[in-house]
Amino acid sequence: MLEINNINVHFGVIHALKDVSLTVNEGEIVTLLGANGAGKTTTLRTASGLKKPTDGNILLNGKDITQTSAQERVKMGISHVPEGRRVFPAMTVLENLELGAYLRRDRAEINKDLKMVYDRFPILYDRKKQSAGTLSGGEQQMLAIGRALMSRPKILFLDEPSMGLAPLLVQEIFSIIKDINETGTTILLVEQNASMALQIAHRAYVLETGSIVLSGTGSELMQSEDIRKAYLGG
Amino acid sequence: MVKGLKELLSLRKWFLLLFTFVIVQFLVQINVINDYLQATIATICINIILAVSLNLITGFTGQFSLGHAGFMSIGAYTCAIILLRVPSTGGFLAGLLSGAVLAALVGFLVGLPTLRLRGDYLAIATLGMSEIIRIIFLNLEITNGAAGLSGIPRFTNWFYLFVFMAGTILLISNFLRSSHGRACISVREDEIAAEAMGINATRYKVTAFTIGAFCAGIAGALYAGYFYFLKPSTFGFLKSIDILVIVVLGGMGSLSGSVLAAILLALISTFLQDFPDLRMVLYSLMLIIIMIFRPQGLMGSKELSLKMLTGLGRNLLPSRKGGE
Repeated sequence: MLEINNINVHFGVIHALKDVSLTVNEGEIVTLLGANGAGKTTTLRTASGLKKPTDGNILLNGKDITQTSAQERVKMGISHVPEGRRVFPAMTVLENLELGAYLRRDRAEINKDLKMVYDRFPILYDRKKQSAGTLSGGEQQMLAIGRALMSRPKILFLDEPSMGLAPLLVQEIFSIIKDINETGTTILLVEQNASMALQIAHRAYVLETGSIVLSGTGSELMQSEDIRKAYLGG
Repeated sequence: MVKGLKELLSLRKWFLLLFTFVIVQFLVQINVINDYLQATIATICINIILAVSLNLITGFTGQFSLGHAGFMSIGAYTCAIILLRVPSTGGFLAGLLSGAVLAALVGFLVGLPTLRLRGDYLAIATLGMSEIIRIIFLNLEITNGAAGLSGIPRFTNWFYLFVFMAGTILLISNFLRSSHGRACISVREDEIAAEAMGINATRYKVTAFTIGAFCAGIAGALYAGYFYFLKPSTFGFLKSIDILVIVVLGGMGSLSGSVLAAILLALISTFLQDFPDLRMVLYSLMLIIIMIFRPQGLMGSKELSLKMLTGLGRNLLPSRKGGE
């Protein structure tokens, strides 16, 4: 479904991504692991059009989208939950969700999806009139995911959804991610919490200083000696 | 039922507008509002247009601009130059419209490259732009350089002031309530998240900037048609700061706050005319005190509404529910 071929990304003189290639097939959860500064977020941002690669190409369902804008890619079915949640703090929960459907004009279908999001996250329904900045970290993460679902994505990018959350909440978020995947949304997940991510992922890639050094199925990587040493604590 | 109520409320809005207009018009007719007061009212109306339109750029879209006086001067000079050649109502309206359009055009062209900048960098860039505009007017033949243009016939009256002030407020408040307005606010809230939602941040920043410049052009034209005389130094850096003070004082992100602050500051400065020596000291002192106690501005990001007023009334009056 999503195919990234040999992309290179530079920030000024810094070569952030070096010939990164990865594929995400329809229906999969693919996770991208790596330490701080490995290039995980940059990969996601390049795939969603927030950053332009120096070369290489990105295909969505076989169509080259390397040159299309972020807006176009949202229309094509890519939705991005940015790192650190980034909800609109002064807006209400409902306004946040409505902005998620910004590019859509089908009012009736939007309302359906709004109901779907509220069903999935009942706490958001309870707080729909509350401004998003007053939500707890976990609620904000739910809102960020809910907002991304409002564009009715075919593929959902999640950038460190477990960041700064209590362990119990992390569990909950991951089971929600699994749930979303089971209802037909393909997921590309960036995580530092490798053990949680590998548990739900079908396949995984490991990034190190801008290059992919390892890939395999979730269980393969769980067994891998290198991974256990580097990310799973022995 | 709800729909009927909404219609009634919007009817009430029009009624209130008409009511304000008629009252002031009547007071002008019977000379209760004298020439001096009329000039104050003109200043208030012009400042409201300027502040409301700057609020769209700075308060709602989050782009810190210090160039509003520049756009205002484009409207003022354009209208004055046309008025001096065609001194008629038609000339005035043509001047006003072309001033606004020209200001919007400059806003658009300047906005495209500069709105990539953020925060203080954008402020410096817009400040530079407005200085460039001022220097151009200072050196052009048609604007008569530093001596300025004088003898501009007066066509701005309470009717035009009111119509364009109300028009600006309605235009901008309706824009903000539309999905485009929501997009502008989301850019202020979090530009990256807005981009990720498929909102073209640059486009909305430029849109807000262009609409803001258009309205500032109108304000400038009304100014030219009222005060007989224009010179480049009127539209310096301090004018931009004056407008920004109104916006910050009223509350970034509150249109009614801008309106209130424009009125309040004009009243304060009229009142302080009696203390010419201490005028600027007292004025600055008041600003400092207000900002200490209301750092979010008079209205914060809320709008003045009838609901708020009735709520206030309920709090002040002994509650009826308690008595039952």
